[in-house]
Amino acid sequence: MSFSVTDPTPRTKWFAGLAVALYALITLMPLLWIIATGFKSPADSIAYPPKMVFQPTLEGYVNLFTTRTRIKEADLANLPPADTWYDRIVREQGQIIAGPSRYGERFMNSVIIGFGSTALCMILGTAAAYAFSRFRVPLKDDLLFFILSTRMMPPIAVAIPIFLMFRNLGLNDTHIGMILLYTAVNLSLSVWLLKGFIDEIPVEYEEAALIDGYTRFQAFCKVVLPQAATGIASTAIFCLIFAWNEYAFAVLLTSGTAQTAPPFIPTIIGVGGKDWPAVAAGATIFLVPVMVFTILLRKHLLRGITFGAVRK
Amino acid sequence: MAQIRIRNVRKDFGAFNAVKSSTFTIEDGEFFMLLGPSGCGKTTTLRMMAGLELPTSGEIFIDGEEVGQKPASQRDIAFVFQMFALYPHMNVGRNIAYPLHSQGMPRAEVRRRVDEVARILGISDILDRPVGGLSGGDRQRVALGRAIVRDPKAFLMDEPLGALDAEFREHMSLELRALHDRMGATTVYVTHDQLEAMQMGDKIVVMNHGVVEQFGVPQDIYDWPATRFVAQFIGSPPMNFLGFHGMLGKGTTSVTLDGAQFEVPALQEGAHGDLIFGVRPEHVHLDDAAPYRGRVIATEYLGTTQIVTLDTPLGPVKTRVASHRAIRAGDTTGLRFDARTITLFSAETGRALQSHGNAGGLRHG
Repeated sequence: MSFSVTDPTPRTKWFAGLAVALYALITLMPLLWIIATGFKSPADSIAYPPKMVFQPTLEGYVNLFTTRTRIKEADLANLPPADTWYDRIVREQGQIIAGPSRYGERFMNSVIIGFGSTALCMILGTAAAYAFSRFRVPLKDDLLFFILSTRMMPPIAVAIPIFLMFRNLGLNDTHIGMILLYTAVNLSLSVWLLKGFIDEIPVEYEEAALIDGYTRFQAFCKVVLPQAATGIASTAIFCLIFAWNEYAFAVLLTSGTAQTAPPFIPTIIGVGGKDWPAVAAGATIFLVPVMVFTILLRKHLLRGITFGAVRK
Repeated sequence: MAQIRIRNVRKDFGAFNAVKSSTFTIEDGEFFMLLGPSGCGKTTTLRMMAGLELPTSGEIFIDGEEVGQKPASQRDIAFVFQMFALYPHMNVGRNIAYPLHSQGMPRAEVRRRVDEVARILGISDILDRPVGGLSGGDRQRVALGRAIVRDPKAFLMDEPLGALDAEFREHMSLELRALHDRMGATTVYVTHDQLEAMQMGDKIVVMNHGVVEQFGVPQDIYDWPATRFVAQFIGSPPMNFLGFHGMLGKGTTSVTLDGAQFEVPALQEGAHGDLIFGVRPEHVHLDDAAPYRGRVIATEYLGTTQIVTLDTPLGPVKTRVASHRAIRAGDTTGLRFDARTITLFSAETGRALQSHGNAGGLRHG
């Protein structure tokens, strides 16, 4: 049998595979639990010992998206038969649907604020990183350090001044206010990350484009941006995850029109008893956009994380 | 195609002076070499011609038009980078077509031009390939294709063969020269390789520390170096230098080194003080009867010739002699120098003294 220094033996590979699978199982367990809870009935969700096998129901999802009123059984019997599947589910609980819940709006707020701030952050971050990377900026190093220093304290430490500022500027509970805030918090990270990526792109590509008759802006759009796609994608994922999951500022600065999903989901608990399946359903749906976004960009992400490790 | 004129061009990067007041002219259709050691300002000079750097002062004329402060995109020149700088997200064909798209040329015309250029360079079969997997030579050809497709006023090349391995370099340099002869385009070529410069160039500018040391045809630069730096930088092994002290009047035709008399081309200017007697290795002859003596300290066998190093009273001298002559370290012999090829330098300034020999070839920057 040949012996190789670099190739692991089949047995090593088998052990490595097992270790990875175990680790994945441990880390995915809470996630799977949340997803499963979303499909349980309220009784199953708090059963002890916990139920691993249960009758799946969409009750949690229906409750998440509706507000309901409990009515007398006699009145319930007098109603015309339920014409939709979700009506039936609600009536089985002795309730009727009073209207849609706020979850849809809150979820859309999260989408607008999360993706809006990520987009703004990418536009400003790429432009700033390009300037820092390519031009002779006076006091460049000091400025870069200054930008980074805004990241050195937890953002919530400045919550009160920001709250007062927002109140005076009328930005409280507005989409634009939250987009600006998350952009401000994320910008330092994106400038630093993107500068690293742009530094790696040889300046000759742009010079070639300049000589080929393009303006600097055209060269930036047609040559630098495609080359920096990897970096932009991975930075965008970091920014989105922060803006998407942010809770503290969202609780403090939003209450109605611009409230995002994270501060809204806990309020579901209070509506008509501890409705854990509805909470779990809200959390599950909330996971989807970031997961889809990350999966769409995962090729870039993987390349982005290892970028620059290997000489081109 | 165009003439390029550089007049009093200077470039500072902050406190660092990269190019000091340079002046020279590149004639229409010339293959022009900018030669010098690294950091001498040759690449900066080229980049100023291209518009990638703007001169701090001075003027650059391309085809009679002053373009010194114009952006690169308005100069109508092509640039070939050392690392080729092919757009990595485009295939070969699109790389070559890219300069034409910026002019808004119709698709059919772009297609026709790209095909024609690909045929000239022998890369028609790889037009659809991504540039990532190409060999060094093919990358070089694609870079050349992108340069010639636009039919620019001039080609500027920054060590275009520097990234290729030695064997392929030789081949590409012939190909480049042949391409130039076929197109007759003004070409400015930066290199630090003196052999490459002599082999390919119609004219050479030798630069050092941001100063143009000499400007002329390769043979003049080799035979009649204007400065000690040029004499040393060009030629392998470089020119031999023998330091002496003397007082030479205008019209002098001989100098005395360690008691031995040597004829030199008649001086057209007088000089005194510390001087240097410069002679190329191939103009040093070993002659037992000669009065200036030296002891052989080393021989290097190079195939058809050998380099013999001798220790002489005024310093070491290298000579190139036929390899069949039996010369051993330790031998003592006399040295004779070819009188018509001697250059005398001032030790203080490093400048060559004007003589009948170099009168035609000396041109300073």
